[in-house]
Amino acid sequence: MLERLKLAWVVARKDLLLEFRTRTAILSAVVFTALVLTVFNFGRDPTAVPTIDLAPSILWVTFTFAAMLALNRAFALELENHALEGLLVSPLSRTSLYWGKLIANLLFVTIVEAVGLPLFVLFFDVPVWHVLLPLVGVIALATVGFVAVGTLFSAMVIRTRFAELMLPVLVLPFLILPVAWAVQVTARLLAGRPLAEVAWWLRLLGAYDIVFVTLSTLLFPHTVDE
Amino acid sequence: MLSAEGLTHAFGPVRALDGISFRLEAGHTLAVFGPNGAGKTTLLRVLAGQLRPQRGRAEVRGGRAAIGWISHQSFLYGHLTVIENLRFWASLYGVKREARDRRAAELLTRLGLAERADQPVAALSRGLAQRATVARALMHDPAVLLLDEPFTGLDLAAAAELRRLLGELVGGGRVAVIATHNVDEGLELATDIAFQHRGRFVQLAPRAGRDRTQVADAYRKAVGVSGA
Repeated sequence: MLERLKLAWVVARKDLLLEFRTRTAILSAVVFTALVLTVFNFGRDPTAVPTIDLAPSILWVTFTFAAMLALNRAFALELENHALEGLLVSPLSRTSLYWGKLIANLLFVTIVEAVGLPLFVLFFDVPVWHVLLPLVGVIALATVGFVAVGTLFSAMVIRTRFAELMLPVLVLPFLILPVAWAVQVTARLLAGRPLAEVAWWLRLLGAYDIVFVTLSTLLFPHTVDE
Repeated sequence: MLSAEGLTHAFGPVRALDGISFRLEAGHTLAVFGPNGAGKTTLLRVLAGQLRPQRGRAEVRGGRAAIGWISHQSFLYGHLTVIENLRFWASLYGVKREARDRRAAELLTRLGLAERADQPVAALSRGLAQRATVARALMHDPAVLLLDEPFTGLDLAAAAELRRLLGELVGGGRVAVIATHNVDEGLELATDIAFQHRGRFVQLAPRAGRDRTQVADAYRKAVGVSGA
């Protein structure tokens, strides 16, 4: 187990180093996040719908689509010089490979969210300070689930034509539930409702994470083996 | 150490492998000669475990960790430096940090890449990238070498050094399979020779002192092509 985690980190570290060198995906995702929030900010009519009602959905739509950009690059990196073939014939277990990609993707998406959240607060002027900790918690819980699913599908579509188009089409149906739950929790937290009121959704998000991280780990070898 | 039994694989109507069997013991190098499309690369892909044959089985003592594979693709990341690539791939094969750095320094020196160690692979010429590919494949000191046209892109000096290096490795008790369409390239290291044509070994025999001309003649007769 420890050995698998160590090798997963070797893969994740390599992905992070490549991203640090090229800065293509992370920059695109951060710029995308800023642009979407800007468009929503200037495109809404605060007199028609109160900001507090609209803000949670905007936050999660932005995070979900920004994450797609990061997820698309996960296995695209391995197409260069057919590195994926090299990984698959090496003694690296499929589990370590999946976990490595999952760790790298989680870090990418976390960076995008870390940039997006302050912009969201700035543009929509929503009071988050009193609920910052639970809000970060729900973002973390939802992110683990959808990145786990996204990483699996990213491997599945990488050898297909139009992989970048296929990924959102395949992944989004699986994200409806966690994103809907995350929106519900975020809306209630921002409205100042007690934490106990959102505990049920938090449990659902936790269960989603456990189920989909496990399922994705088990299914991953079937997506990459010829 | 390395064995294949009845390997069969087809891509649609094309039989890339058709009942290939052989066995290699330590210290032996099998040179597989064949024209383009004979199935040489498919054979190496199956031996490397990248492709599951439709029939038959391949067995490598020591499993995937024992294989060093030079394929048509380098598997190198263009935005990582040569040394970063070598460290990464060696880590996947469980090479410890100290041994990894020592081995990398040794291989880079022998392959004339020591001064390029900190250059991104994307900045290397094709020949230098091929040298880095060789270093990548040898970082974990593999017991079984699978070499698909390993001399492609190398200049004369680098090709000669690679021959020396491979000769030393095989002499040290490893086994190697070299697939090439060029008799000159593979012959020097070969202890055994196979001619592959349309997925079959039309001849498999020890080299037994045959020189270049004899092997080239036998190849032409077996495969029915010129230019060996």
